[in-house]
Amino acid sequence: MSDDIRDTDIKKAEFGPEAGPETTSINMAVERETQSRVPKIFKAQAFQIFLVLIVIVIIFSIMAPDTFAQFSNLRLVVQNASILGVLGVGMTFIIITSGIDLSVGSVLVFSGVVSAMVMRAMGGDDWGTALVGFAVAIFSGLVWGTFNGILISKAKVPPLIVTLGSLGMALGLAQILTGGVDIRDVPSVLTTTIGYGNILGSVPIISVIALVVILIGAFVLHKTKFGLYTYAVGSSEEAARRVGVKVDRHLIRVYAMSGALAGLAGILSLSQFSTTAIAGQSQTNLNVIAAVVIGGTSLFGGYGTIFGTVVGLFIPAVLQNGFVITGVQPFWQQVAVGAVLIAAVYVDQLRRASAARGASTSLWSHFFRRKNT
Amino acid sequence: MSTPVLEARGLSRSFGHVRALDDVDFEVYPGEVTALIGDNGAGKSTLVKALSGNLAVDEGTIKFEGQPIQLTNPQQASALGIETVHQDLALAPHLDPVQNVYLGREIMNKGIAGFFGTMDTKAMAKESRRAFDELGATVRSLTSPVGAMSGGQRQAIAIARAVHWANKVVFLDEPTAALGVRQTKNVLETIRRVRDKGIAVVFISHSMPHVIEVSDRVQVLRLGHRAASIETKDTSMEELVGLMTGASTRGAA
Repeated sequence: MSDDIRDTDIKKAEFGPEAGPETTSINMAVERETQSRVPKIFKAQAFQIFLVLIVIVIIFSIMAPDTFAQFSNLRLVVQNASILGVLGVGMTFIIITSGIDLSVGSVLVFSGVVSAMVMRAMGGDDWGTALVGFAVAIFSGLVWGTFNGILISKAKVPPLIVTLGSLGMALGLAQILTGGVDIRDVPSVLTTTIGYGNILGSVPIISVIALVVILIGAFVLHKTKFGLYTYAVGSSEEAARRVGVKVDRHLIRVYAMSGALAGLAGILSLSQFSTTAIAGQSQTNLNVIAAVVIGGTSLFGGYGTIFGTVVGLFIPAVLQNGFVITGVQPFWQQVAVGAVLIAAVYVDQLRRASAARGASTSLWSHFFRRKNT
Repeated sequence: MSTPVLEARGLSRSFGHVRALDDVDFEVYPGEVTALIGDNGAGKSTLVKALSGNLAVDEGTIKFEGQPIQLTNPQQASALGIETVHQDLALAPHLDPVQNVYLGREIMNKGIAGFFGTMDTKAMAKESRRAFDELGATVRSLTSPVGAMSGGQRQAIAIARAVHWANKVVFLDEPTAALGVRQTKNVLETIRRVRDKGIAVVFISHSMPHVIEVSDRVQVLRLGHRAASIETKDTSMEELVGLMTGASTRGAA
């Protein structure tokens, strides 16, 4: 009810009772826009890539209805994508600020190692020990992220270089701490619950944790001032700075958040695999960046969604799973994901170009027009 | 004559060996359009930066409504009701007009929703629409990114933002430089409306016809120094050009 009243208020404010003849064309433009507001979602790149995902799922379901299109199989896909989902939230924020974080995989490993060592030193196998492990992992990640953020915002070293540096440093330190040997003593309370436990019958707990992180991330990015500033900094750092946005502080917070999420991913990984898997995360950073970019977030900053990142994660995951099940060599997954990645950035370029012209930003109309002319 | 809302006395600022401002005086009166003109390198931008808190001066005093003040950052100037529209407009292209108007000064929700950092977008949209309407600004859409809008629309949004927050002084740095005939007319009309609200407008321009058309007073800078401060009705285009280039001198303050 109150919504209705506010809507009319805004309408009144938009159209204005005193709108003169000069504003008629504006009103028409506003009306045109309100009419097209519903299909606006269909124009978003995240939605278009979502359709691609649906098509892929349908194709595999037809090809392998008894194996692919089973709840147990899809559950497996979701479970395997959960850790990348946690990392993807932080990466989406960073890429929207027109930055990049190459260090997430190494920070994940480092946090897992430190956390595993602390839990081993405590020697317990109870929730108290596990909670300390969580706190240590998240804090380790937070420290790395803050380190990245300070160097990027205050020392003005480009994000690519800073996080390439911390990628090597975090991984190297993890190997120094362990002597290069994986730690395999993980409290069984973690492995049996978060690792491969379920709630509500057969919903993996690790996926529920990832979903909570994703929902909070989407809320913060799309609904709060923190999210708005993230877009503003990526859109025009100078414009944000001039109106008093504390750009440096915001960048530090965004990188710190990504680090903390990598730390959380570290303890989740520890729980899932019962090992620190030091050598197992060398591709993680690139996989996460690919997912974010496939999901329509612009590498040039200022544009992107959490929803897109989630969809972008599932395209490689579903392809991998589908190829294995249908008997295609799974190596094709890398080829296909590479192609999707390049296509996604190409579409982003098209959108940026047409946005600069003030034209329609729909991918379909672009190709449609091409064919007609 | 009333007290100037903003007044500068003996401002100097050097960059290395270059004296960009050399003992400059400057004053702005409420409800007046003051044109600030001068050749390239005369110190117009440096003076505006100094008066909007974007640049520290080596010497001199700045008075706000008769009281000496120290301007150390733009936020401080904003708090006093002084806003600047830069030549590059300083809008975030991916954000919509409402987000740009309120960037850095968002209206937060009350209660628990505000505690979680959410914003009252409806109130901001309503206020922004009012700000645009007040100036007769042609803003095509409140929800499209400003990067997709025309130069005239972006200019209108930037000016509306400045006027929405300023209640004392607005600096406009070459607001008509990149605009067509019709948009220029709108901007000049906007300047008059802002002045009629009792806000002092400082209008920097290279276009003498626009200066003559819209301003009440002209201050001419030449080589970092004020060459003249005259009422627009007492001067002509030829004389202003002569003052800018040093071909003539008159009534230097």
